[in-house]
Amino acid sequence: MPEANNEPKGFLGKFLAMPADSPVKTVIVAVTLCLVASMAVSSVAVSLRDLQEVNKLRDRQINILQVAGVYEAGTDVTEAFQAFEPRILNVDTGEFSEDFDLATFDDRAVADDPATSTSLDDDPAGIGRRGNFVTVYLLRNEDGSVDKVVLPIHGYGLWSTLYGFIALEENGNDIFGLQFYEHGETPGLGAEVDNPRWKALWSGKRLRTDEGELAITVAKNAPPAGADYYVDGLSGATLTSNGVDNLVRFWMGDTGYEPFLERLKAGDV
Amino acid sequence: MAQTKRDLLVDPMVDNNPITLQVLGICSALAVTSSLQVAFVMSLAVTVVTGFSSMFISMIRSQIPGSIRIIVQMVVIASLVIMVDQLLKAYAFEISKTLSVFVGLIITNCIVMGRAEAFAMKNPPIASFIDGVGNGLGYGLILMTVGFIRELFGSGTLFGITVLPTVTNGGWYVPNGLLLLPPSSFFVIGLLIWAIRAWKPAQVEQREYVIQAVEQH
Repeated sequence: MPEANNEPKGFLGKFLAMPADSPVKTVIVAVTLCLVASMAVSSVAVSLRDLQEVNKLRDRQINILQVAGVYEAGTDVTEAFQAFEPRILNVDTGEFSEDFDLATFDDRAVADDPATSTSLDDDPAGIGRRGNFVTVYLLRNEDGSVDKVVLPIHGYGLWSTLYGFIALEENGNDIFGLQFYEHGETPGLGAEVDNPRWKALWSGKRLRTDEGELAITVAKNAPPAGADYYVDGLSGATLTSNGVDNLVRFWMGDTGYEPFLERLKAGDV
Repeated sequence: MAQTKRDLLVDPMVDNNPITLQVLGICSALAVTSSLQVAFVMSLAVTVVTGFSSMFISMIRSQIPGSIRIIVQMVVIASLVIMVDQLLKAYAFEISKTLSVFVGLIITNCIVMGRAEAFAMKNPPIASFIDGVGNGLGYGLILMTVGFIRELFGSGTLFGITVLPTVTNGGWYVPNGLLLLPPSSFFVIGLLIWAIRAWKPAQVEQREYVIQAVEQH
């Protein structure tokens, strides 16, 4: 990067004439270079932020379409997304909330704000605070009954927080799909959560046994509850698999979406 | 330097290729060559970074204190890589997701540092820029060749367009799954190096030692 020196000629001339290895010059070069480089990097980052946000939103929508199984390459994402009914959910009560404006609602900001989130003592997903309100997406049949629900989930893996969606059938117990749209796990190992073959394992699994016990597990060996409740862990990525196990069980449990799932099961939604 | 500008640009393609002759930048060549589209974007990114980092470093080469020159080079390269990453996130989001960490890892790509240290520190900016672009293109050429072979025989497509219809999609081609895995690029690059050195024997390195013949008794 060229050094932007706005100092008067006299100083600049003296500076350029200095032997390159003198300590003063070393410090000046280091500081100037860092300033110029950081300004260049931050101005690029700031000027491109809007475009990146648009891409992120689009990516989120594509992920919602994919997890609900209605995505086809080449479809108009915005149009296909119209089929979904986004609602703000009060996680604790399982009721929909009308207190927020959907257009400006930001799940992550809500989860960070102490006024609208709950600090977790028992925190298997490693998320610290859980937002009291989240955006969920409903896909309805033509007669108005619920076909699928897409619920946001997130939790800590090995290196990073994984953000994703789980799609459940109308009974609130059968999994239709699960996928993550943002994470920083190891490529080739933990990042295999993006592998279509692994994601396909989730389809048709069930959350709770007939006795109502939360049984879904991601692990190396099948749990006693049986294959319907078991997703094979990723080989070579035990900690990421454990993270996914923890976060799914957390969000499907009583501090997560259980109240909502109860309502869904009862057909109240 | 007696080299003309054309030499600077063309030499790194085959005669002094950073991957096949200098055997640099292998890590990313393994990782991003399973599809041509990704390999293409990666080549482009490396070419831009190598060209501009060499140029900027060359511009300030007489002012860089020897004691911190590597750090200065790293700062310049890292800044450019972050900018490229940001641009990809804004204009090619899907591809930037596939490339994930590998764009960031251009910083550690030996080719970029190698050109900065070996060429740009001693040559004027325009020559350095051309040298950087040439080396980036040389890297890209190998990436694209490897990507071509891996994508065509691994998934039966080129740039995502079906060329050999695979059995799973009702065609006749049984794809070679090994070619989609990183180790296959070792084989492909190895065979490429063999082919190039058979064509241009001057590239064959001198043996570091010679096995002595057994003395006759």
